[in-house]
Amino acid sequence: MSSSNSLTSPIDEVIHEKRDRVSFADYLGPILVFLAFIGAWYLLSSVVLPEQKRFLLPTPHKVVTDGFFVWHSGERRGLQPILLSLWDSAKIALLGLGITIVIGMSLAILMSSSRWLERATWPYLVAVQSAPVLALTPLIRALIDGTQTQRLLVVVLIAMFPIVSNTLFGLLSADKSQHELFTLQGASKWTRLVKLQFPAALPNIFVGLRISAGLAVIGAVVGDFYFRQGGVVGIGAQIDVYRNRLWGPELITAIILASTLGLVVFLFFGWVSRRAIGKWHITTRGH
Amino acid sequence: MSEATSSSSALLSFSNVSMTFDDGTKALDNVSFGINAGEFVTVVGPSGCGKSTLLRIASNLEANTGGTCSIDRNSIGYVFQDATLMPWRTVERNVELIAELHKLPKADRQQLAAEAIELVGLSGFEDKYPRQLSGGMRMRASLARSLVMKPKVFLFDEPFGALDEITRERLNDELLRLFQHEGFAGLFITHSITEAVYMSTKVLVMSARPGKIIAEFDVPFAYPRNHDLRYEAEFGELCGKISHALRGAHE
Repeated sequence: MSSSNSLTSPIDEVIHEKRDRVSFADYLGPILVFLAFIGAWYLLSSVVLPEQKRFLLPTPHKVVTDGFFVWHSGERRGLQPILLSLWDSAKIALLGLGITIVIGMSLAILMSSSRWLERATWPYLVAVQSAPVLALTPLIRALIDGTQTQRLLVVVLIAMFPIVSNTLFGLLSADKSQHELFTLQGASKWTRLVKLQFPAALPNIFVGLRISAGLAVIGAVVGDFYFRQGGVVGIGAQIDVYRNRLWGPELITAIILASTLGLVVFLFFGWVSRRAIGKWHITTRGH
Repeated sequence: MSEATSSSSALLSFSNVSMTFDDGTKALDNVSFGINAGEFVTVVGPSGCGKSTLLRIASNLEANTGGTCSIDRNSIGYVFQDATLMPWRTVERNVELIAELHKLPKADRQQLAAEAIELVGLSGFEDKYPRQLSGGMRMRASLARSLVMKPKVFLFDEPFGALDEITRERLNDELLRLFQHEGFAGLFITHSITEAVYMSTKVLVMSARPGKIIAEFDVPFAYPRNHDLRYEAEFGELCGKISHALRGAHE
């Protein structure tokens, strides 16, 4: 028998997959919730709130006309200064997220390679995660120079935990028999990490990334409240000013845009995740 | 009792191998047998009798606590109970994996992978991911991955146990053809007496824990074997004898 001879027999059936098509019904849900939200907002701002307090929550159309549709008015009012602040905070959030990813994943890799290290550091990671970081602002100010660095530190502290915990969980998720396959070939620790543990961890890493990305935006916004200097300030600082001066439409506009930033970052990482692992990883939902 | 057949030509030999785990469980007791080139030996026995431990010792995943096991550890193919494919790799990249871990140049391992894929009948499915394959096809991919390095000894740890009967019988035939074609020595673990007799040149029966070889049956049928062999009287008779020995093993 020549080695080019194929030893085939009829093949088992390939599993064909149903591609999910997005239908109108899929859009209907979010639209309905949006309408309900706007309705509740109107109800709250024009019925529920007593008349003398309605300035606290202007109606949606007033937010659109006085917040979104005013480009620039005075020193701080209008869409332009809000967008500039938003961009300032977005830079801090993204840079902070980048730092968090590098430190967090390195830490998770170290922890996955040593049970001792995992046990030694885990409780403190949880503690940092639960600590009210912003209560430490005076300390952060005393220890670190420069507003930007202080803001970055807040972002990193707030966004760190999900990256570490999800990466670690993912790195430890490879099957025993998959590990044994590598053991049988005498694979080094590094090879095992790169060719087995890391790819196996990717679905979890992306979950962590999405959560941390949202937290990084929150971290940047609340960091702005406490760490600011002259010139362009972050969106959090801007919100604080509007709040103090009771500029309702601007306040709500700034809050909506800050949330949108969080949403965009979240969606972005969802998209990256589908691009990176969508081909082989499926999330299932019982039907 | 089996006599030690560990002649110098044996590719794999166990002599007086015993295994006691750290927790004191005695898994194997004085196991001796050998497998020569061109032999396909199957071990049947009750669940938990230490059948799989034999493979783990042969492949050095566990170290035996008594006796000696000799084998060329650089030339082992190991097929696990499940296909253990990497879900993020396509069939082709999965089949390349072991060659990749042995640091073969890319062109060589692609060539070897393509040959192995053709050998197990997966041509045309190179770019599929494991989740797109049926259980039988995953097992074929797993076989192809081990075939790439052309091992002299193949260890099979109940590889078809999770498959339906028809797929299992089909893969039995595939594996037999590979066995003839590649000329490796095989050590196969299974629960199924029919599968054991159909595949093997020799069937060993192990007792309940601690595992000992309590009976040894030579299978006289010539290769290539045909599906109809399963329904011949002589085949049934041999299965019956092994079944009796196994009943003894449970006591």
